[in-house]
Amino acid sequence: MKDLLKSLRYTLLALVASLLVGAIIIVITDVDALKSGDFGKAFSTVFNAYKSLFQGSFWGVRSISNTIAGTTPLLLSGLAVSIAFKGGLFNIGATGQMLAGGMTSLWVGFAFDGPGWLQVPLAVAAGAIGGAIFGGIAGLLKARTGAHEVITTIMLNSIASFLVLWLLKTTLFQREGRPDPISKPISEASRLPRLFGFLDGRVDLVAHAGFIVALLATLFYWWLLKRTTVGFELRATGLNSDAAKYAGMKTKSLMVIAMLFAGGFAGMAGATEVLGTYGYASTSLAGNIGFDAIAVALLGQSSPIGTLVSALLFGALQAGGRSMQANTDVPVDLIIVLRALIVMFVAAPLLVKAMFRVKSQVVSQGQTFRGWGG
Amino acid sequence: MNTELLVSAEQKKHARNVGFGYLGLAVITLAVFSRRPGDAGFKLTESGTSLTLPAQQFAWIFGIVFVALAAAQLLRGFGKLSSVVLSLATAVFVLSFLSWATAGESFSLVGMLQDTVSRSVPITLGALGGILCERSGVINIAIEGMLLAGAFTGAVGASLTNLWFGTIIAMLTGVFLAWILAVFSIKYRVDQVIVGFAINFFALGITSFLSFRVLVPNPDYNSLVPVMPISVPLLSKIPFIGQIFFVQTIFVYFSFAAVAFLTWAMYRTRWGLRTRAAGEYPKAAGTLGVDVIKLRYRNLMIAGAVAGIGGAWWPIGTVGRFDQNITGGRGFIALAAVIFGRWHPVGAFSGAMVFALAEAVRLKIGNFDTGIPSEFLLMAPYLVTLVVVAGFVGASRAPKAAGQPYDEQ
Repeated sequence: MKDLLKSLRYTLLALVASLLVGAIIIVITDVDALKSGDFGKAFSTVFNAYKSLFQGSFWGVRSISNTIAGTTPLLLSGLAVSIAFKGGLFNIGATGQMLAGGMTSLWVGFAFDGPGWLQVPLAVAAGAIGGAIFGGIAGLLKARTGAHEVITTIMLNSIASFLVLWLLKTTLFQREGRPDPISKPISEASRLPRLFGFLDGRVDLVAHAGFIVALLATLFYWWLLKRTTVGFELRATGLNSDAAKYAGMKTKSLMVIAMLFAGGFAGMAGATEVLGTYGYASTSLAGNIGFDAIAVALLGQSSPIGTLVSALLFGALQAGGRSMQANTDVPVDLIIVLRALIVMFVAAPLLVKAMFRVKSQVVSQGQTFRGWGG
Repeated sequence: MNTELLVSAEQKKHARNVGFGYLGLAVITLAVFSRRPGDAGFKLTESGTSLTLPAQQFAWIFGIVFVALAAAQLLRGFGKLSSVVLSLATAVFVLSFLSWATAGESFSLVGMLQDTVSRSVPITLGALGGILCERSGVINIAIEGMLLAGAFTGAVGASLTNLWFGTIIAMLTGVFLAWILAVFSIKYRVDQVIVGFAINFFALGITSFLSFRVLVPNPDYNSLVPVMPISVPLLSKIPFIGQIFFVQTIFVYFSFAAVAFLTWAMYRTRWGLRTRAAGEYPKAAGTLGVDVIKLRYRNLMIAGAVAGIGGAWWPIGTVGRFDQNITGGRGFIALAAVIFGRWHPVGAFSGAMVFALAEAVRLKIGNFDTGIPSEFLLMAPYLVTLVVVAGFVGASRAPKAAGQPYDEQ
């Protein structure tokens, strides 16, 4: 618990440091203000930008709802990258796995006409299975032939996106009367219930029960890693696969298992996006989430609680960033810079210590990913 | 003794996989590519000399060749020739795929291959940047960021001054990012993957931010006339080959030269030996008096410079402007090329060619009417890469010390 508080404190300091650097970036890129020498305007831009960044992420029910909605897929796909890291694998394929899971859950969502209490869990499970199968391919290829997962997952991402494009044009998936690749809507019963549905049915509160799915998945991830033999063997393989093999663990099966779970988590991310956020599928279903997920996992050190905290932080930044772009002329892309800086500052505690003159021992971090493996 | 047995068992399994791979190619060729009658016309020169292949017969012949290859591979293998056989087989397979797809029509083969070579530039240069780092023991995930930042500053620098200056600015941007990677991963010993990824994000964020905030209101910061192709005297007159390899921009020639030079330097110079030693067993290198830290710093900076020039290819070598996320993940493809080529410059170059070919084919192939949904044709290059990597390339061994910080003692 003490370690946790300490690392939270560093995350907070890293956040402050990143916001400082971000402020400098906003000021020096304000070309008009610089030309006219009007620094007062530049500084008020910074103030307004950060004010709406904060308000857009935490101030009021709507902002909190946006933060939760943004966090949900980031957390699930972050777990997909984290569990692979724990097993010594670098999963760049969360995007493809999300697409696969999104499509299978979509199919359950519109093809069956059951009651909600059956449809929703069934569709989420279908997403997990679809993603797991797709993720498992990369694991199987690595275990059987040694094909490196960095290559295979990148290729599988492209394959998935074309597969989805094709599926969305088939009569099974395409919405009637639409020429563009957009799917049929899922049935009302299959929609993940809105979290703030009790507030007079306000439609602008987009947060949905996918967040609860994500929290349960995080709990499952914690349980798997810390309380099961598979989890122990997975961690052992990730730390030193030769030693794990020597100790009699089936490292090749563990690779497949890690990728199956990774794909399952990412598949659920796709499922919650389809069932909760959109209610249908399009080609932009996965967006950049699979890529952001890598940063979530790295920032969270692949630990369950770390992944949760960093997904929340990134989700909040995303929600705030949108309102920042809407209210000021600072583009939302600043969020990506802030994320990079936070990751950097958290990873380099020595630097933050030097900046804030903190005098305490730093929690040792160790390597996330032990080389490329063999 | 024991390990020898283990390796040979692995090799046997690998050889068997390759054999089955050839068998797979044979099945696809015979079952799919032999289905469409008609002549496929390939334009071999810009003036219109063309090669006409009867698609169906061609598929039958090469299907049988693949069966023979598979049998030979499974029974006795090709020994030292196996990689040559593999690349020839891949080329023939791609050709029969194309002749099937174009049956009854014609298209410019030379144009597509020219496009392939041009597109290979950023992937090759990015991959060389990766090799320079990883051979000396630092994982470089930041290739994408270096390419993207190089593309941005190259575009702005070239728009404001001239193309040479733009390229130099792009190079220096790569060096700067590499310096950040070096300071954090070598000096502060931060996890190399984390720093690399943070650099990627930083480059993506800052270039998107700046292009929205600075380039959009000031369009003259982002418009330039890209370089023209140069025909190499004599070499460009070679039929077919000349048009593909020697009527290209200076970026292409630079990437050829860089591959050749790095291969020579890595295996024939003192620097190369030291680099490889630092990547495999830095303690031993350090004991023998190599300054591992300094070596890694220097290699990272060179890598940044090379990748930065690779980034400049977008604005200065082709499109003449910068767009948000213009690299579109090519840095990760370069990373895949490094692994594909087993950390060898020539291997990575051939990997880059394979991925660039996939891209060029993808851009061409959407127009063909084959009766198969175009999405599957678009997907085909990636599937082929997957099959090639899984069936033929197999496990690759990274430099042993890549990813681990070095303690100086």
